[in-house]
Amino acid sequence: MIVGAGMVGAACAYYATAAGLSVALVDRGPVAGGTTGAGEGNLLVSDKPPGPELELALLSLRLWQGLAAELPGALEYEAKGGLVVASTDEGMTALRALAAEQSAHGVGAEEVPPERLAELEPHLAAGLAGGIRYAQDAQVQPALAAAQLIRAARRAGAELLSGTEVTGMLLGPDGAVRGVRTDRDGQLACGAVVNAAGTWGGRIAELAGVRLPVLPRRGFVLVTEPLPPLVRHKVYAADYVADVASGSADLQSSAVVEGTQAGTVLVGASRERVGFDRGPAVPVLRRLAAQAVGLFPVLAGVQVIRSYRGFRPYLPDHLPAIGPDPRAPGLFHACGHEGAGIGLAPATGLLLARLLSGAPTELDTSVFRPDRFPTRMQEVL
Amino acid sequence: MSRDPLGLVRARPGPGFEFSFDGEPVPALPGQSIAAALWASGRVSWRRTRQSGAPRGAFCGMGVCFDCLVEADGRANVRACLAPARPGAQVRTQEGTGHDHRA
Repeated sequence: MIVGAGMVGAACAYYATAAGLSVALVDRGPVAGGTTGAGEGNLLVSDKPPGPELELALLSLRLWQGLAAELPGALEYEAKGGLVVASTDEGMTALRALAAEQSAHGVGAEEVPPERLAELEPHLAAGLAGGIRYAQDAQVQPALAAAQLIRAARRAGAELLSGTEVTGMLLGPDGAVRGVRTDRDGQLACGAVVNAAGTWGGRIAELAGVRLPVLPRRGFVLVTEPLPPLVRHKVYAADYVADVASGSADLQSSAVVEGTQAGTVLVGASRERVGFDRGPAVPVLRRLAAQAVGLFPVLAGVQVIRSYRGFRPYLPDHLPAIGPDPRAPGLFHACGHEGAGIGLAPATGLLLARLLSGAPTELDTSVFRPDRFPTRMQEVL
Repeated sequence: MSRDPLGLVRARPGPGFEFSFDGEPVPALPGQSIAAALWASGRVSWRRTRQSGAPRGAFCGMGVCFDCLVEADGRANVRACLAPARPGAQVRTQEGTGHDHRA
């Protein structure tokens, strides 16, 4: 029983079904109704320093290539590559150092001197100190990708219960999870429950009596009117990497600019921890727009037709929770991917399918164990 | 039976004026949207879609569907159903994204 029909839940359903498991996917809303539908569809290695998240991302990008070949045209998969640019020489020095470390761990990173930037991106601002091109960075349309993976899983026998909220867990006398209680479909018994509820994963954990400190980290995306192809890569300023790694609750923003197949240009990315506040945030939008025009002056005078916001599932150490929860046997977690959930979803789904069926995993998952955070209950004990 | 909304609500609008659509004069009344004036002049379609070239005009009529786009006084992607007609305005058929010169 997978709770959450976003990108990660969809990937779990896809790989678990492929592993021969009997799968039901339950979500209180529609498919991709939460953070998945509010993202940009980033499949990035460029923003990840060497470490477990990068390993997960590299595995995931290989899986995305396979999925795109298997479901041709259905995901709006584009292997467009990323271009990270620095505005100052100091910024370029830091970027170069990061790229060198990443290169040693399987990331394709190629330095682009300032005079060659215009070859890659003709509309990029003049006067930048240089950049790094990351050939592996790619993009999908996230809601479409989640829907297609769920469709493929359903063809293979998985069941989708959308509009059905999990309201409780069926617990055995030993605290083991034996099923879920729902608002619409009564009690559903199962061999294992997978918490793929993303930003709301903390609540699902709580229903099983365990703590998983997932917090929402809000981000806005601006959408321009349709334009002719102006931006070829996923282009962002080097400051973005520092913003991603920051744990601050305050607003951080750095422009991430990319074109889409529909012609609109998407401008992210802001990060702030303000709970689930959906309210308009004109200063954030203004700052994003100014930063985007700073990178691409051609965007000045272009209209923004809408903006949307989402809540990234943030865990304090910026790593997802993947695997069985020893505090509640039968409960598995696959959530807390912050802003990288689309990119990391296939690897997460594959690893989880392996763990569910007791098969060896491609990566060591111990660093993602869900009980790594101090819990109030443990403190009491 | 008259289908003229002016008669139905006994409106007494101010003096009419003209704007230009692709170089041709189009009569309009104060407060009328560009789309309403184009409709009143017998034009129901004034743009073609970017991919398939299908004809488009005012569909929702309330600013949601973005089907009725025109170029008005040099500005692309203006929703004709929301933009008021103004005396002497230069309104044109929008080609492509309206921003193709930026590429």
